[in-house]
Amino acid sequence: MTAVAAPPEAAAPTEPPVHKPSVRKRLVPYWLLLPGILWLLVFFVLPMVYQASTSVQTGSLEEGFKVTWHFQTYWDALTEYVPQFLRSLLYAGTATVLCLLLGYPLAYLIAFKAGRWRNLLLVLVIAPFFTSFLIRTLAWKTILADGGPVVAVLGKVGFLDVTSWLGVTEGDRVLATPLAVVCGLTYNFLPFMILPLYTSLERIDTRLHEAAGDLYARPATVFRKVTFPLSMPGVVSGTLLTFIPASGDYVNAELLGSADTRMIGNVIQSQYLRILDYPTAAALSFILMAIVLIMVTIYIRRAGTEDLV
Amino acid sequence: MEQFEPGSLSPPQLAAIRRSLASGRGALTRRSLLRAGGIGALTVGGLYGLTGCGIPPAKREGDATTASDDHSASEKEIDFSNWTEYMDTSDDEKSRPTLEAFTKRTGIQVKYTEDINDNVEFFGKIRPQLAAGQDTGRDLIVVTDWLAARIIRLGWAQKLDPANLPHAYANLIPQFRNPDWDPGRAHSYPWTGIDTVIAYNAKATGGKKVDSVTQLLDDPTLKGRVGFLTEMRDTVGMTLLDQGKDPANFTTADFDGAIGRLQKGVDTKQIRRFTGNDYTADLDKGDLAACLAWAGDVVQLQAGNPDIKYAIPAAGYLISSDNLLVPAHAQHKTNAEKLIDYYYEPAVAAQLAAFISYVCPVDGVKEDLAKIDPALADNVLIVPDKEMAAKSHAFRSLTSEEETAYEEKFTKLIGA
Repeated sequence: MTAVAAPPEAAAPTEPPVHKPSVRKRLVPYWLLLPGILWLLVFFVLPMVYQASTSVQTGSLEEGFKVTWHFQTYWDALTEYVPQFLRSLLYAGTATVLCLLLGYPLAYLIAFKAGRWRNLLLVLVIAPFFTSFLIRTLAWKTILADGGPVVAVLGKVGFLDVTSWLGVTEGDRVLATPLAVVCGLTYNFLPFMILPLYTSLERIDTRLHEAAGDLYARPATVFRKVTFPLSMPGVVSGTLLTFIPASGDYVNAELLGSADTRMIGNVIQSQYLRILDYPTAAALSFILMAIVLIMVTIYIRRAGTEDLV
Repeated sequence: MEQFEPGSLSPPQLAAIRRSLASGRGALTRRSLLRAGGIGALTVGGLYGLTGCGIPPAKREGDATTASDDHSASEKEIDFSNWTEYMDTSDDEKSRPTLEAFTKRTGIQVKYTEDINDNVEFFGKIRPQLAAGQDTGRDLIVVTDWLAARIIRLGWAQKLDPANLPHAYANLIPQFRNPDWDPGRAHSYPWTGIDTVIAYNAKATGGKKVDSVTQLLDDPTLKGRVGFLTEMRDTVGMTLLDQGKDPANFTTADFDGAIGRLQKGVDTKQIRRFTGNDYTADLDKGDLAACLAWAGDVVQLQAGNPDIKYAIPAAGYLISSDNLLVPAHAQHKTNAEKLIDYYYEPAVAAQLAAFISYVCPVDGVKEDLAKIDPALADNVLIVPDKEMAAKSHAFRSLTSEEETAYEEKFTKLIGA
């Protein structure tokens, strides 16, 4: 939307400055960033330090918790909850792939084919955010209710036979199964996939498509060689925005799942609130962060957007 | 050939990427900023923060430290935190008749907040302040037995003054008089009693009656449509009763036996879900054919759906209560005690019970309730009769170690 009207100064810093700016001038950006830094310090760094400390404490509510550098907690937490970790990554990964498959054509349509409907369609993509996350998830319970129209149709066309053979649904129901949880995740995080994809696609100069056509590329080749590579930044940011929150989500598993679809977010929640084992909860959070960070780093290295632009 | 200039594709984007890649001296890059901020924070945080954190022990010396300067006489007010839909309201839902009558009589303004949705979450919310020995800003809270027991055990509840509680002392029904976690009700008084029973949707079961935990766990016609509660004491307690054990007096082996029995139900997919309050919607729709349920919910559900039925198992049922507590360091204890006592006057209690339809803990409420609605006075789920009272069982209090160990086993069962 704003990409066309890029201010000319934006390109200026790409040229290395000829003379060194004065100290005062160099400090200006830091001053401007001060509120943001303070914000991050209070609401990001401090909680992280506090959680890091909690994760190496031992004790109980009665006796209090003290820092004893008990790193064993990490190992215990990791080995104890391997299934939930794997499940979280599997569900979040599946939901991300589904989001990409559903979101890409939609973003493509909005960016290139929607014409005057473009803004309306964008509003529709964002519209679900006008209601709360919880309400939207609860709505799925009604949509997927046993014996409801959706489940009845899926059962009639044999879809449920296939999914239940795959082990992702249970008999003739969808609710309280892995399929319901993955669907919920996909639905809730779809806009986070579509919006970055759209911004990426919308910036592509359509003259490139024409040029590719002039060079006798078939539409499929144009997509493979031109459109898709140019939309990679959108694909990367979209998948990250979907995968990272989805892997820590616990609402969908809580409301749409059952005892054997619990994700790591549910474990952290119950460790923290139910069992009151704050060190384990904190350690699990850090392990999750580490796993996600490692996966994301590898992913960005491999998908590397730098050399594509 | 303008279009082949890479810069014309997306100048701002290209510029941004170049900028972030170029680590030119003096240029403010995200990376250098993060590094500077990170190192600074880690040194400060690492040295001071990491060892400085920690949670102080809960127990302070004696009861004296939990008491506060009571400002009741000078400040005619109370902050009262309660669960949602746990107070009578007028038809237009704009006023709360019993609370207003209290203010009119005593001149004490009540700031009534419905900010309790879940025991564990509420405890998570107030714990940091209580642990730090600070006022939570609440003079009166309502929490379920086990949490009340924990708060009292941790020394975070103020001792109540019996002199301010004549009605409460006289009218509390015998069932609730002497819980093992608060002998003689020194720190707490029940707001309502909660029966845990079996509820079923007759339409979903095909008219079949469901009246035991055994049936919930074994009846093949209910497969995948059975719900149990995420409250450990309700789910395990009802299972213990079904196995002929007494929830008021059981061993760890008994507990493990009940968990094993339930685990089988999870493994065979007989149990669909473990739920909190949200089972009501599932039961109403028929996604759950039968489940453990709280009687007050059943009464409210029945009003809208005649298919909802309940059964008291022959083995008995579990009774617990939601209890009024004055948290440590609350500022208006005497006012809070006056309010507790007020709700133990039978006429007031009847008005409340008629509205919220949970077990009324006040003796002699039946006549007043009959004046409002005779049907309610005869409902054993609100005013338990002798036979009903005889079948009720309480879950014993747990030590801190037991609580942790049991909760761990139970959360494994429910999947997290």
